Amino acid sequence: MDTALHILSWVLLAGGGFFCVVGAIGIIRMPDAFTRLHAASVIDTLGVGMIITGLMVESGLTLTTARLGIILLLVFFTSPVAGHAIARSMRHRNVEPVLSEDRTSGGK
Amino acid sequence: MGQVISMAIVMLIFWLTLSGNYTTFLITAGVISSVLIALLAYRMNVADREGHPIHLGLSALTYWPWLTWQIIFSALNVTRIIVSPSLPISPTLTRVKMSQKSDVGRVTFANSITLTPGTISVDIEGDEILVHAITSDNATDLEAGGMDKRCAQFEGGS
Amino acid sequence: MFMAAAIALLVSLGLVLIRVLKGPTIFDRVIAGNSIGTLSVLLLAVMGYVFGRPEFIDLAITYALLNVIGTIAVLKFFRYGDLGAGEDEAGS
Repeated sequence: MDTALHILSWVLLAGGGFFCVVGAIGIIRMPDAFTRLHAASVIDTLGVGMIITGLMVESGLTLTTARLGIILLLVFFTSPVAGHAIARSMRHRNVEPVLSEDRTSGGK
Repeated sequence: MGQVISMAIVMLIFWLTLSGNYTTFLITAGVISSVLIALLAYRMNVADREGHPIHLGLSALTYWPWLTWQIIFSALNVTRIIVSPSLPISPTLTRVKMSQKSDVGRVTFANSITLTPGTISVDIEGDEILVHAITSDNATDLEAGGMDKRCAQFEGGS
Repeated sequence: MFMAAAIALLVSLGLVLIRVLKGPTIFDRVIAGNSIGTLSVLLLAVMGYVFGRPEFIDLAITYALLNVIGTIAVLKFFRYGDLGAGEDEAGS
């Protein structure tokens, strides 16, 4: 049982690290700021979720797990706010996204 | 008044989680400060259905697991796009209709769109959200209205 | 194994730092800076386990609280060009 939990925690930590690196690569590879935001949200969701869950599995039912849960909730509630703030201020400063298709009839 | 009491209890739990030292003095200080802050929030008129929506507690139990599933699914999709050498993106700007009535429901819908990798809510115009999607498939999925329906259900409290 | 996760986080921090230095517009830098904040929260939490000191998690909570406020403050500053000025005064 203990070994199974260790393996689960290891898998979650490795997966989280992988998604963090992928998100960072995405931030470098993507062509413009809007698409970089999509890559950053991979870090904010799967990277954070898997690493924090891995640490929670490792520490079991303790106060540390509750604190990690607070971090998880904080990041999940605040990261979309920051992402939306960035997107909205880009629109207000007239940063044109690179588009292959625009379905908003009438533009801005 | 129910909101004020539940707010005080939630803040007391937060205090106890962060503290870890359970002496009489610290617990008393925690009780006093959480009650004071809850009363202050009541005086500031933020301890209402919007500031502390306890009536959504039950529907969150079904909405959050569904949202988690959506997040995992679309994050894997974005990961596949990033690691594929040709970078198959087709950025799309679109408008999505939202059928939520209250501000809490609208915030939940906009935040769910942003939290899901692959779609970002950029702006709100009337009852439509301007959405930037990384591929046109993502935009089409969102326009189909599955998430909108789920959010309206969540807001209804069922 | 915590060390492996810490190394992965350090690698991603390094990659994101490239975007901070290169980023053509201010928004690229803000996006990268926000990601650095998130990655630092994770690094602090993992470091607590590497050194066997769970107190680091309290630091991570504080950093998670400050991260979003910092991002929004920077955005507001660059949208208005000055704290308290009008939108039309905004420079690039």
